[in-house]
Amino acid sequence: MSSPRMTTENESGSGLPNIVPAPPAKFVSDPNPVSSAPAAPSMIREYLNNCDSGAMADKSFAAVMLLCACSIFAIVAFIFGILVVHSHLSLAQFGWKFFARSAWDPVSGDFGAFPFIYGTLATSLLALVMAVPLALGVAIFLTELCPQVLRAPISFLTELLAAIPSVVYGLWAVFVLVPIMRDTLGPFLYKFFGWTGLFEGANFGVGLLTASIILAIMILPIISSLTRDIMTAVPNSQREAVLALGATRWEMIRVGVLRNSRIGIVGAIMLGLGRALGETMAVTMVIGNHPEISKSLFAPGYTLASVIANEFSEATGDLYLSALIEIGLALFLVTIIVNAIARLMVWAVTRGAPARVH
Amino acid sequence: MLAAGASAQNLNGAGATFPYPIYSKWFTEYSAAHSNVKINYQSIGSGGGIRQVTEGTVDFGASDGPMSDEQIAGAKVKVMHIPTVLGAVVPVYNIPGVNKELNFSGDVIADIYLGKITKWNDARIAKDNPGVSLPGNAILPVYRSDGSGTTYIFTDYLSKVSSDWTSKVGKNTSVKWPTGIGQKGNEGVAGMVRQSPYSFGYVELIYAVQNKMSYGLVKNAAGKFVKASTAGVTAAAAAAAKSMPADYRVSITNAAGAESYPISSFTWLLIPTHSTDPAKAKVLADFLGWMLDHGEAEASGLTYAPLPKPVQDMVRKSIANVK
Repeated sequence: MSSPRMTTENESGSGLPNIVPAPPAKFVSDPNPVSSAPAAPSMIREYLNNCDSGAMADKSFAAVMLLCACSIFAIVAFIFGILVVHSHLSLAQFGWKFFARSAWDPVSGDFGAFPFIYGTLATSLLALVMAVPLALGVAIFLTELCPQVLRAPISFLTELLAAIPSVVYGLWAVFVLVPIMRDTLGPFLYKFFGWTGLFEGANFGVGLLTASIILAIMILPIISSLTRDIMTAVPNSQREAVLALGATRWEMIRVGVLRNSRIGIVGAIMLGLGRALGETMAVTMVIGNHPEISKSLFAPGYTLASVIANEFSEATGDLYLSALIEIGLALFLVTIIVNAIARLMVWAVTRGAPARVH
Repeated sequence: MLAAGASAQNLNGAGATFPYPIYSKWFTEYSAAHSNVKINYQSIGSGGGIRQVTEGTVDFGASDGPMSDEQIAGAKVKVMHIPTVLGAVVPVYNIPGVNKELNFSGDVIADIYLGKITKWNDARIAKDNPGVSLPGNAILPVYRSDGSGTTYIFTDYLSKVSSDWTSKVGKNTSVKWPTGIGQKGNEGVAGMVRQSPYSFGYVELIYAVQNKMSYGLVKNAAGKFVKASTAGVTAAAAAAAKSMPADYRVSITNAAGAESYPISSFTWLLIPTHSTDPAKAKVLADFLGWMLDHGEAEASGLTYAPLPKPVQDMVRKSIANVK
């Protein structure tokens, strides 16, 4: 409790000479820079003097950049539009209830996205629960505690993990993780945590939990390497200041490093979540591909991305195809909503207490 | 014969993945023998093959399941089905301690996938396998999660032998499986079955043969348990040939005959009946003739079952209509 107060005092103390430290001095462009230039111009000034008026170039540069920025809106709108247009059959048939229906029967033409949305969210969130503490641990160790000899190999291996194709993770999961899950980890969880009701029913090694574990392993390097970069960017003066006030190493990390980099860390977690939501191949190989909603994490599930990858090429019938494209629309919306919620959370956490980087 | 000096013909086809190995062999050999013809085939799946050929984006399609009446009615380009080779689907299983080849009745397989038979020592499995001591472990049914012709043939068979299956599930390239877990591709199902004790699945005969997997015998319409083989599949086709409809859209699952293997099916090429380009139609017709004369003999080398003689004769007559 005392540490944050001490930091604040420290900051206000050091900030005393500058009366208004918070808003950075604005670059107010001099209305007439050329005339006020001294007699001996620098090379850059000379170059600028020899150029024509920059007003036109400035404006067109701004316009081009605006166009680039707007292309993002255009691309998102275009994707959304195409998804809606191509899923119109299914939209007309089931309406917006499609997202809440549980049926998926290609034979009778009865479709709904709910089990897939559930599977996608459940596996991704579970993966986050497992990966985030681990990733933060890796990042903290690498930036704050790691002996120099270990730093390079661990960093290298983390980045290597991020570069492995997802199908390789899938194969590894099928041949290594599934048997471990079936014979060792599954029975262990049932024995000690069976009372939670989350580990019931037959355990065949494939299912929501296995998919979540493989997802956690896949997003771990993304989150940890980004978090490490963000923590490295925290100036050493912060650490030294906190240590100088008598903080322990953990207090220094918590107050000096984690607190200053939390927005960046949330951003890293969101990138990891993005990969988890859209991951297809590895998940398809171990989730069991059975669209059902079960409380048990041993039960097989199905994700939005997996069902598209599995069924699109052999989908016969217009309604079936249309329903699969609407599944794509559901994935699009889920991603947007999850990201929006994450942004809201960041805003809620940081509002009123802006991150102190300098 | 092609007119001399005709410009090189490029034919594009797309569709089923199951016959891809033999098609690719045929197209390569045909192009080698006819230097001015090049045939490209993309194995994008039966559904994609039907879509592309009926919209006219490719010159011919290929499918493991016949087109439905609605698909034919809605097609922009009218096509005819030409059977090329046959394939079969076999049950595979992994029961530690049981090395004997097991017998399965169709209704037992259906009830395993319906979730009605849940234990290996169920009385109905034991009845078909006298003398085999089966364990009391739960059965893990494994199915194809990706849409596939294999699933179509398998569910078509189950629909014929189990009324429960027809009313609850039906037949399609992918269906609503009441129980079990899905794996992608033959290799996914086979891999899962191989490493999961007490599991049960289905794969293409070719896949099982090439990977030296042991598989079960299935009871045919004559009440005999038959082990799948190219000969048994051709026997099923020959039994069905007597009642072959003119458009070849026939299901030969659960065919009559003591030798017939019951989970067999034709695979078809989808040829436009009235091509916009007569030169292409001519090449296609010539290719189909070549397939009957040379191609069929190569089928069993790749563990596909060749067309029985009566069906070959029928196809020869149908080729005359390709223009």
